[in-house]
Amino acid sequence: MFIAFGAVAIYLSLDYPFGTGARMGPGYFPTWLGIIMALLGVAIMISGLRVEGPKVQRFAFKAILLLGAGFIFFGWAIDHVGFVIATAVLVVLAAAAGRDFRYKEVIIMVICLLIGTWALFIKGLELPFPLFWWR
Amino acid sequence: MDFSELLPNLALGFQTAVTLQNLLYCFIGVFVGTLVGVLPGIGPLAAIAMLLPATFNLPPVGALIMLAGIYYGTQYGGSTTAILVNLPGESASVVTCIDGFQMAKNGRAGPALAIAAIGSFFAGTVGTILIALFGPPLAEMALKFGAPEYFSLMSMGLIASAVLASGSMLKAIAMIFLGLLFGIVGTDVNSGMSRFTFGMSGLADGLSFVVVAMGLFGFGEILSNLEKGQEVSSRDLLTTKIEHLYPTWKDLKLTAGPIMRGTAIGAFFGTLPGAGPTISAFSAYALEKKLAKHPEEFGKGAIQGVAAPESANNAAAQCAFIPTLTLGIPGSGTMALMLGALTIQGIAPGPQVMTQRPELFWGLIASMWIGNALLVVLNLPLIGLWVKLLTVPYRILFPSIMVFMAIGVYSVNNLDLDIYMTVFFGIMGYIFTKLKCEPAPLILAFVLGPLMEENLRRALLISRGDPTVFFTRPISAVFLGLTILLLVVMILPSIRKKRDVAFQEPDAV
Repeated sequence: MFIAFGAVAIYLSLDYPFGTGARMGPGYFPTWLGIIMALLGVAIMISGLRVEGPKVQRFAFKAILLLGAGFIFFGWAIDHVGFVIATAVLVVLAAAAGRDFRYKEVIIMVICLLIGTWALFIKGLELPFPLFWWR
Repeated sequence: MDFSELLPNLALGFQTAVTLQNLLYCFIGVFVGTLVGVLPGIGPLAAIAMLLPATFNLPPVGALIMLAGIYYGTQYGGSTTAILVNLPGESASVVTCIDGFQMAKNGRAGPALAIAAIGSFFAGTVGTILIALFGPPLAEMALKFGAPEYFSLMSMGLIASAVLASGSMLKAIAMIFLGLLFGIVGTDVNSGMSRFTFGMSGLADGLSFVVVAMGLFGFGEILSNLEKGQEVSSRDLLTTKIEHLYPTWKDLKLTAGPIMRGTAIGAFFGTLPGAGPTISAFSAYALEKKLAKHPEEFGKGAIQGVAAPESANNAAAQCAFIPTLTLGIPGSGTMALMLGALTIQGIAPGPQVMTQRPELFWGLIASMWIGNALLVVLNLPLIGLWVKLLTVPYRILFPSIMVFMAIGVYSVNNLDLDIYMTVFFGIMGYIFTKLKCEPAPLILAFVLGPLMEENLRRALLISRGDPTVFFTRPISAVFLGLTILLLVVMILPSIRKKRDVAFQEPDAV
């Protein structure tokens, strides 16, 4: 609880210097927002300190890492090595983030999803994604 | 109110909606919406966020019709699973679980589903009529609003959404300010100066709405679901065949009252900015329990306990379109998504939509009614399919969702930065759920952010920097007064306690 609220407060206050940093004209609105944000952050922290609450559970770092990596790879890969590989890697990484990873299932899933998304997005909606890096 | 124009307007609407193409969009929307709604853990917000990109290539009317279809499809899908397997698809159908599942256990799943459908349909019809009646005069009134009025109205909407959000109000307000800040990322309209872009040219146009929505609601939700270990294998799946779909006369007589009262409650809460289907459903249930001759039956399979909340949440879902379409101010996170969709289609939301694009407005209204009719037709025969769907394990589901999200985000701008930003917002959304901060007020504020700044600036320009302008203009003063009243009322301890109790109930179920 403590750590959590502290983090929120720090996080919220972080926005504050950005607000004041901007020039008066365009910075007017954000500055006020920043000030109010910081005040609210402090208020939340104080109420967080006062009340004993349940502890915040542990974060699922593995899922964050794997899913994040999958997404970021997709973003890079779709332009560089094409849609097919980007999607396949994303599916595998995402599946790995789950509780149990079953090879056969994942392979079938990759194939099904590739065909499905190809038919829907590239054929159906005619989105201009390169399938592979050579086109 | 001008009734003489109502009929030709509705006729125009039906003309627009009843083209083969638009009917198809409506059907797809409702079907996909129900499908997603049945899946536990994916609410209307996440569903619309994920399916938003699929509508980009459609014409505006079609896209909006489809999104609306998805919206009430998810609402309804949630109820189906609530009744059959005691798993609410989304928060608004938590109450339906209480009596709905009991009815199903007693072998009366059929009537429960049928009553839910009938109640929803009735509520949807009333909601549609209400929009058609009150939309135009409200929009006319809104056209007279100046900058100070808009600013005050938006403040009221945002504060209301914080007050009615579950969890700590302080946190909800903090979320609003965070949302406002995110909303003004990008090039400042007046000075051309870039703000908060960190030198990234991709951010010059502001944060993409799709990115924020997908990150917070799609990505974030997957993360927290994964952690919870959604694999609910020991579901009390009702394997018995559902017989006697049709309710008896006695059921119908019993539920006529609850359906009507539920509709009224839903319509009221739906129109209010910030409130929504969930609160309506809870209030309707509580009211019926108080009014009932045999309150002890509630919780043991009382059909009124299904009819009232179901009608209420559907009426609210429907009436939430009123402030969105007429004032351009969304009442809930979901409605903010709808507005975002409009903006992406190149339509500036607001009162002028009705006069400039009458076919859009009335077409949407007509399609709402058609969509509701489709829901009834579609759902009763397909119940078996929905139940089967529940057995699909999450480990297959979520990678597929990830792929759809990735393609969706990328297809908006063909920009890889958008995908990276989605990850950022996804992780943020996950942290928010951990800290019990509701992200819905944030998305609302995100959409309103630029509008609010613009109106504040204009208002202060007109008054030459005098902030009292918000209190000297009567309409503006009323809005602000209501805002302050809302805040004060919520701080009063007695009411706060009641509010806490109201939000405790879902956990107790």
